[in-house]
Order: sequence, then structure tokens, then C-alpha cells
Amino acid sequence: MKDLLWLIVALPFAGALILTIFGKRSPRLVSAFIGVGSVSLAAIITILLGIGFMSHNPTGIPYHQLLWQWMDVDGLSLNIAFNLDSVSLTFIFVITFVGALIHLYSAQFMWKEEEGFARFFIFMNLFIGFMLILVLADNMLLLYLGWEGVGLCSYLLIGFWYKDPANGYAARKAFIVTRIGDFTMAIGLFILFTTYHTLNIKDILAAAPSTWAVGSGIALTTALLLLGGAIGKSAQLPLQTWLPDAMAGPSPVSALIHSATMVTAGVYLIARMHVLFELAPIAQHIIAIIGAITLLVAGMAALNQYDIKKVLAYSTISQIGYMFVALGVGAWSAAIFHFMIHAFFKSLLFLGAGAVILVMNDEHNMFKMGGLWKKLPVTFWTFLIAASSLTALPLLTAGFYSKDKILWLAYSSDKGSVWLWLAGLAGAFITALYTFRMVFITFFGKAKMEPTSRPGIFITIPLIILSILSFAGGFIELPGDMGHVTLLSDFIQKTMPAVMVQQSGYRIELIFQVIAAIVAIGGVWLAYIFYFNKQFDPAELKQNGLQRFFYKGWDFDLLYDKVFVTPMVFLARINKNDFIDQFYTSLASFTRLLHKGLSATQNGKLRWYATAIAIGAIVILTIIFYL
Amino acid sequence: MILVWLILLLIGCGFLAWLTGRWSDILPRVISLTGVFIQLIIIVSLLLEHKQGSQWIISYAHAWIPFFGIQIKVAADGLSLLMLLLTSFLGLLSILVSWKEINKKVGFFHFNLMFVLAGITGVFISLDLFLFYFSWEVMLIPMYFLISIWGNEKRTYAAYKFFLFTQASGLLMFLSILGLYFIHGHNTGTYTFDYEQLLGTKMSTQTAFILMLGFVIAFIVKLSTVPFHSWLPDAHTQAPTAGSVILAGLLLKTGAYGLIRFVLPLFPQASHQFAPIAMTLGVISILYGAKLAFAQTDLKRLIAYISVSHMGFILLGIYAFNEIAMQGVVMQMIAHGISTGALFIIAGALHERIHTRDMEQMGGLWTKVPKMGALALIFIMGSLGLPGLGNFIAEILILIGSFFADKALTIIATLGLIASTIYALRIMQKVFYGKEEKKWVIADLGFREMAIMLSLTIVIIWLGLFPNCILKVSKSPVQKIIESTNRVFDVQENVVSQRIIIKN
Amino acid sequence: MNIPVNQGILLAAILFCIGLVGLLVRRDIIFMLMSVEVMLNAAGLAFIVAGSAWGQADGQVMFIFILAMAAAEVSVGLALIIQMFMKFKSVDTNMASTMNEQKKISNT
Repeated sequence: MKDLLWLIVALPFAGALILTIFGKRSPRLVSAFIGVGSVSLAAIITILLGIGFMSHNPTGIPYHQLLWQWMDVDGLSLNIAFNLDSVSLTFIFVITFVGALIHLYSAQFMWKEEEGFARFFIFMNLFIGFMLILVLADNMLLLYLGWEGVGLCSYLLIGFWYKDPANGYAARKAFIVTRIGDFTMAIGLFILFTTYHTLNIKDILAAAPSTWAVGSGIALTTALLLLGGAIGKSAQLPLQTWLPDAMAGPSPVSALIHSATMVTAGVYLIARMHVLFELAPIAQHIIAIIGAITLLVAGMAALNQYDIKKVLAYSTISQIGYMFVALGVGAWSAAIFHFMIHAFFKSLLFLGAGAVILVMNDEHNMFKMGGLWKKLPVTFWTFLIAASSLTALPLLTAGFYSKDKILWLAYSSDKGSVWLWLAGLAGAFITALYTFRMVFITFFGKAKMEPTSRPGIFITIPLIILSILSFAGGFIELPGDMGHVTLLSDFIQKTMPAVMVQQSGYRIELIFQVIAAIVAIGGVWLAYIFYFNKQFDPAELKQNGLQRFFYKGWDFDLLYDKVFVTPMVFLARINKNDFIDQFYTSLASFTRLLHKGLSATQNGKLRWYATAIAIGAIVILTIIFYL
Repeated sequence: MILVWLILLLIGCGFLAWLTGRWSDILPRVISLTGVFIQLIIIVSLLLEHKQGSQWIISYAHAWIPFFGIQIKVAADGLSLLMLLLTSFLGLLSILVSWKEINKKVGFFHFNLMFVLAGITGVFISLDLFLFYFSWEVMLIPMYFLISIWGNEKRTYAAYKFFLFTQASGLLMFLSILGLYFIHGHNTGTYTFDYEQLLGTKMSTQTAFILMLGFVIAFIVKLSTVPFHSWLPDAHTQAPTAGSVILAGLLLKTGAYGLIRFVLPLFPQASHQFAPIAMTLGVISILYGAKLAFAQTDLKRLIAYISVSHMGFILLGIYAFNEIAMQGVVMQMIAHGISTGALFIIAGALHERIHTRDMEQMGGLWTKVPKMGALALIFIMGSLGLPGLGNFIAEILILIGSFFADKALTIIATLGLIASTIYALRIMQKVFYGKEEKKWVIADLGFREMAIMLSLTIVIIWLGLFPNCILKVSKSPVQKIIESTNRVFDVQENVVSQRIIIKN
Repeated sequence: MNIPVNQGILLAAILFCIGLVGLLVRRDIIFMLMSVEVMLNAAGLAFIVAGSAWGQADGQVMFIFILAMAAAEVSVGLALIIQMFMKFKSVDTNMASTMNEQKKISNT
């Protein structure tokens, strides 16, 4: 069974290849079948492989499968090889399973696409393939391959509806901003290779503690450089500006790439290279601080959006901030736990929003919707479950267990602090507020527009499955005072170290949970007061200056535009004709000038020539006789 | 002997093509196609049966003008064979590309094409410096004709510019060759142009540096390094598609080959002195080329500046003096030839259909020509260094290798990753995505064009996933060159220890 | 009676200069031809003076040489002048300046 690991990666690529060759000519149903089927098959194999891994492998020894030698140059020896351990197994489960559900959803969602149906599935399949390579790679360069590959597919899918130039612009922005992160990561890779003479992850992690001292400058530099890459991919401050614009793509794309998988690649990277970060405590602390600041910034921005997908985009940025906080305090399994649960409820939210947008004639503005809870019951209830999970309503939602773990560990870990906890708590309040603001405005109140149809069966099935997971997914990891089930953290800790907790004791943890629960419910209640069944006239949606500032995402776009984009475009434009060329054309002009000058002596006049001869003769005779 | 036959075959096909061009348009094409195809087969068979261990896989020497010590000495090792493979492959594709595009003076066109290929082949296999210079000049004149007769609107200007730049710099190289000839003759008494005998000529460091500069300037101009690059955009833009493919894919690489084969082994100490300047020029080329590429509105001119940028990587890698970077340089020579050649073929195909290169008039073409769009996407991703394609392997090897040599410059060079994304995505957006600026009615790629593009695609993906097939072949020549260059510093402690670390 | 050599050569030089100036200043081709004659004769005078100074006949021989050459040159010159007159309809040398570069500056 384990030998089929390569098949999980190969199936989506095979699907993409078949669709590239035959997609245009085959009927839509066949394309959908191939596109959805490849990923579903990969998901089934993953589940079987996972069961085998967990049952036959109690200590969690990683399984390594070598496919072929990629390159071998003077010490740089890299293979195309996959490494399956508990962390990568968790990730590929989420990728393939949630991916398969999203593919099924997209088959119906994109059905009306005139010419891009097959193209959509090609890109989606490619994405799944690259993401799997990313998490299964056994060396940093193969990881980088997956890393860039998902960036490419994200670019292609954001700009999928290419006829509108704004989509193309959003896609380019995403690619370029993430590339800035990739640039820092590449330099980090160079430092790693020059120090360890290998890019094999296992070897680096094994050799790191004995090569670099804790807190040494070079460890800090490398960790920060890798962090740069993670920040770009995971849309954290200061490289978060691309994610809200990425909502220009179809909703399944936002669900798959921009909530569940690609944006969590940064989380994966940091978790995978945890040894390096542990060797650079300052870097790790910076991760937590960035996470904390991002979650607050994004939360405030989400609170002031009126496009339903933009709310969810900022929410994603915010939730990944939580994961970063967890990584920053060393709570590796908590971060991965939240990644998994977030994948479930966030993709569900995006799929639900997509369903709403689809039946509301492509309307994105929440304030133009309303009263949908009766008209779209399945969508509503699944959306509500997901929203509750996002808000981390106590006990009944998976989000409660995962987010609370992070909040608790943000305080109690030996690298945590009360400030991180307070930031997380404030973030939780804002999360509850904006989430239920979204729910109430979209689904309650007076109906301003009637849905044109009901979502189809292939849209609702994934919604239902994901809602079950958003509800029950948390039960595999119950906190200390509620049964202390540690299925997931045990599983993860076969690969990653456990978090060191400063003070434990179930009673203190209970207090934290109660506070968090009160905060969450308080946020929901505040949203209820302000937004439930209130009249909103979308035509006069006024925002005061502060609200506009938050709406624009704290105006990072303006800042980057003024500091980077405009000068660069200006410099490029004024030098379009390359001033260096002027040097060479001036040589040519000089020659032509000489030509003009000298050709004046050839004027065809006899007397001129005669004079010239006479003067020349005099000069030469003088020279001969007197010099 | 077979190496000489390769050149003679091409020359013979050229003459035959010219003759038959008088009464038929098809015959010259078929003849030249057959000739290059035969060359490709010969090279492939040489590659497959090559034996490791000896320096040269195949060699031949024959006296030419013994009075001056000039011989016809040709030899090929792994590096030369790879370059010859690239030559015949791209030559084949350029003939196929001009099948429908060139309609007047077809015979003379193919004559020139064959002669350019013959000259390039000569450059890659010459071991006699006079023969090398001879082939260097043979490359120029047919190329001048190619541009100035079958080119676009500003072809005369571009052809003159190309010719003057490369001719002038070539003369500097000839002066250096003569200098080397006389110094060696003065030292040992034998006056010879033989490369292997000229290796290790004793001369003072200043003389060596000046002589090296003569060579270097010729090769840098050919490689289109900033600030000697300004012939390239005009030449590439105004040349016909086949001309652009050969210019970008092969002619630029002759400059790189010259640096690797001649400058580094002949002047090791001077090269070490020159290295910081060269690496800086390389980095400037990468970034300045990218900036210029971003600003263009003429599609072919943009692709030409992409070449300037990528050649900067080559210069950076050559002067890093370690095996990883040099292997990256070899990869880059091949991968860049393939990917930029493909981009030029697409630009040419577009030009044939809509008769303009102005990107402001394109837009939204994906709907009309999806196959072209998809293929352009693949090669644009190659240009920006997407892993999985050959260019990534090349760039990452060069960057890792240069990181050993100079950390700061490599970091600046890595900014090229971001810069390349900006210009590459601009092509996609302006040409294939977005609103349609004008309603063009055009046909998608035909069978012949698809065959060309698919073969290029398969090669670039193969290079990206299985680079070892190339790296194996070039491994020992590259190692020998690096060793001979670094031997100078055997007495210096710190560099020796650095080499030990690398070997580990 | 002996005329000092210097004065003779000086006379020849003055004559030569008069001829030269006449050649340069005159526009009419026939006058230019006459000036050339003056120059030739000045040169001949110089030879005679030198010949008598050395007491040898070579100077006289050279003078006969120059006379013959001048005669030949004048006949050819007059024939060319007639051709020139037929083409340009004038004997003004400024008219006959079509072999110049100014009108033919070409751009590359």
C-alpha cells in the first residue's frame, strides 16, 4: 500500500495531462469525470495509505519513496523523492479530501462556462499535484518546485476569467507579491546549502543543532529568510495585499487555494523546518508577533467589507495569523490542528458564499442580499455551522477546540506571553463580530433580491460533508479538562516536538476557555444587536474615514503603490529606449558629422582643389626645408 | 574527420540550396532540412557512444598553413557536443519555421542559413585559434544578409549595427590572438595558433590581462552584456524568425562558449582578477535587461531584452569558478536557447498572422489562438524560472554556485527572480489576456507549427525533470576547466580550504 | 653681361607666383590656362638661369622640353575646354562642379 504514495501525486498530473490533450474535444461530462475522478482517487488512496500508516506504524517512522535522481552536481545531489510522516499525512489528507469535495462542487459550479471548463480542471488538478509535491518533498528544492507550482496555478486560476483585465491584474499581483517572498526563501536555501552541503530536509534538521548555536546570527538570518517566503505565501503582514484581490477568481478557487491549501504552505514550511526556528528564538518570536498583528489588522479590515468574499479573504489572513501565533510559541500540533479545522470550515464558507453568489446572479455585495435563510436552507445551515466554527462557539464546534488550544498555549507555552493571548482574544471578539455580521446581513432581514435557482446536488453534498467535519472534526483533540483526548497531537508529535507548557493545571485552562467563550458569544451578541433584521440601504452605504481605511485593508496597497510600483514604472518608461544605446548612436552621429564636414572639401570646384594643392605644396616644402 | 565532414556537409547543402533555388522554392528547403537532420543524427550518435575519461571525445588535426603554424584542428568534448546538439536542433527548427515565412530568394536564404550554422559549428569545435577566428567571422556575414534582406522595417540599420559591433569586437580578439601568438613564439621559438600548445604561455600579469581583455570584450559583446548589448534588441527585432531563433539560441552562446573554452584556461590569473568586474556586469545585465524588457511595447524587442537578462546569469556563473555554477551555465545555454527560441517562434507566428509586433494592439488573443496561448504560457513560465522546466535548474545552479563566490552579488542577482516575473507576466497579460484591442481574425497554430512547439515543450520539460542527462555529459569537461582555472591558487591557503569544503 | 643668379631665380619665382595667383583668382578657364602657361614659362626661365650659372647646356635642353610639353598640354586643354563649353554652355569653372559630395550625402 505504501508504494502507492507516488500515485497520489501522479494522479492529478495525469488528469491534467489527459484534459490538456483531449479536453477540448470531449464532452463536458467526461472532462468533469476525469478532473474530479483523479483527485477523488488520490483522496481514496490517501485515506487507505493513512489507515495503513497509522495502524502498522505506531512510532511514526517516516516512509521514504525515491522516484528518480533529479540532479547530481559536485555535492549538490537531489532526488525526486517523497517523505511521508505524520505531518505530511495530515496535510495530504486535507489536500486530497477537501480538494476532491471542491472539485465535485466545481463540476456543477462551473458547468455554464463556455470554453473554459476543461481548462479549469486542468489548472485545479495541476494545483493539487503541486501542493502534494510541496508537502511530500524530501528536499528543499523539490519543496520549492511545489511552492512555485502552486503559485503558478494560483495565478492561472485567479485570472481564470481572463477577459476582464482587472482579474489579470489581481493574478499578477498575487504572483509578484508571493515572488518577493520566494526571493527571500531562495536566499535562505543558498545559505542552507553552503552550510550543510545538502538540501535534504532530514539531513539538515539532523545536522542543524550541532552546526549552529542557539541564537546565532546565521541561524537567525536563515530563519528570517525562510519566514519571508512563508509570509508571502501565507499572506501575512507585510505581504498580505494579494489575497483580498485574489477573490477575483471563481469561488471554488478561493475555497481550495486561498483558504485551505496554498496559503497554509507557509505554515507547513515553518513547521517542517522547526529545528531551524528553534535555533533562532528571536525569529520564532517574530513569527508570533507577526501573526498577532496580522490577525488584528485583518480582523478590523474584515469588519468593514461589504463583498462577502472579501470578508472571508481577510478572515483567512486573520486565521492564518492564529496559526502563526501557534508556530511562534512552539505549539506545532496546535497549529496543524487549526490548519485542518480551518480548512474544513473556511472552504465550506467559501463554497457556501459561492453557492449564494451563483444563485443571486453573480451578486457579491452582502447588503444587496437578505432573507436567504428560508430560501436556501441547506446553504444557510451549513454556512451557519461553518460560521460558528470560525467564531469558535463553545463545545459544539470544531473551531472552538482548535482556536482555544492556540489561545491557551499562546499564554501558557514557555515562549508565550500574555500579550499574545490578549491579541488572540481581541481577535476572537472581532472574528465573532464580523462573522455574524456577515451571516445576519446575508441570510436574515428583508430579501432584496430573489435567488434565481436552487444550488444543485453536487454543490450541496460537499457543503454537507464539510459541515459535518466542521462540527465533529474537533473531537479528536479535546483539551485537558474535557476528557484530554489527544489523538491528533499524539499523531503529530511522532514527527514534531511537543510544546513546553509553563503552567498547566486544568483549572487555569478552564478559566481561559470560559473567557474565550464569553468573548465569542459577546461578539455574536453585538453583531445581533447591530445587524440582525436591520434595514440596510445598499445605495447609501456610507463609510466614514476610519471605516474606509479599514475597508481598504489599512491602505497597504496605496503604500506599496507609492513606494514601489509608481517609481518602478516611471523609471522603466523614461528609459524605454535605453540610454546606453545613445552612446552608440552618438558614435554614429559623430561619424556622420565628420562625414558632412569632410565632404565639404569635395565641392567639385577646380580652383578650390588648385588652392589646396598650392597650400599643401607650400606646407610640405616648409617642413622639408626647415624641420 | 567526421567533425570536418559536418561543416562540409552544411556548406555543401548551402551551395546546393542556392543553386536549386533558381528554379524551385521547395527544393532548397528540403535540401537544407536533410542536411541539418543528418548532422543532428550524427551528433546524437556521437553523444550516445561517447567514452568517458579522455579529454576529447573525437578530434582531428591537419596542417593548413604550416608557415604560420595554422592547422585545421578540431575536437569535441562533452561541452562542444552539447552545443552542437543545440545547433543542429535549433537549426532544424529554424528551417521548419521559415517554410512558409520566407518566399523570396529562398535559395539564397538557405545558403546563408547553412553558412551560419557551419560557422557556428566551426566555432564550437575549433581548437586552432586562427580557425576559431575564421569561423567567428564566417558566422557574421551570412547573418548580416539574413537580417538585411529578409528582415523587418528597420532591417538595414539593425544589420549594420549587429555587424559593426561584432566585427569590431572580433578585431580586438584577433589582436589578442596575435599577441598570444607572438609571445608564445618569442618564449618557445615555435609560432603556432594551436590552442593546446598556447595553454600555459608564460607572460607578465599586465600583458595577460590586456590580452584577456581583447578576448573578453569580443565574447561579452557577443553575449550581449550591458553595456555592450545595444545591438541585440535591434538585431533580434528586425531579423526574420529563423534569424532570431539562431541569434538568440546559438550566436549568443558562442560568446559564452568562448569565455569558457578560451578565456578561462588561457588566462587563469587574469580571469581571477577580472572576476569581480565580470560578475558585477552580469548582475547589472540581469537587472537592467529585466527593467528594459518590462518597458517595451514591441513583443520581439521585449523577448530580446529577456535574452540580455538571462545572459547576465551566464556571465555571473562563469566567473564564479566552481563546478555547480558552471554546470548551471551549461544548462542555461541549452535551456535559454530552447525557451527563447520558442518565444521567438510564437512571436513570429503572431507577426505572420497580424503583421504587427505592437503589444498595444494585441490583447485577449487566448480566445482566438488558445494553443498558441498555452504554449506561450509554458515558455514564459520558463523565462521566469518556474521549477519543473529547464531554466529553473540552470538559474538555481548558477545562483547556488555564485553564492559560494560572492554572497552580496548573488543576492542582488536573485532579485532577478522578481524582475523576471514582472516582465514575463506582462507579456501574457498584454498579448493573450485582457480586452481585445482589435478584432483580429486569425488561425491557430497549424500542424507544422504545433510539431515545432511540441518538440520544444517536451525538451524543456525533460530538461527540467531529468537534467542529469545533460549534466552527466558536461561534467568532466567542466571539471577540467574549473581545475585548470583554479590551479593558479593552489598555494593560497584560504581558497584551497574553500575548495575542500565544496568537494565534501 | 652677367646677371646674378639670385635675381634671375627671383624673377622666375615672381613670375611663378603671378601665374599661380592668376590661376587661383581667375574664373574663366581660358585665363586659367594662360596663367598655367605663365607658370610653365617661369619654370623654364628658372632652368635657363640655372643652366647658365652652371655653364652647361642642360638648362636649355630642359627649356625646349618644357616648351614641347606646354604646347601639347595647351592643345589638349583647349580641346577639353571646347567639350566643357558644349556641356556647360559657359567657361566659368564654378559651373563645372558636379563632382561634389554635398548633394550626395546618404543616410545609412
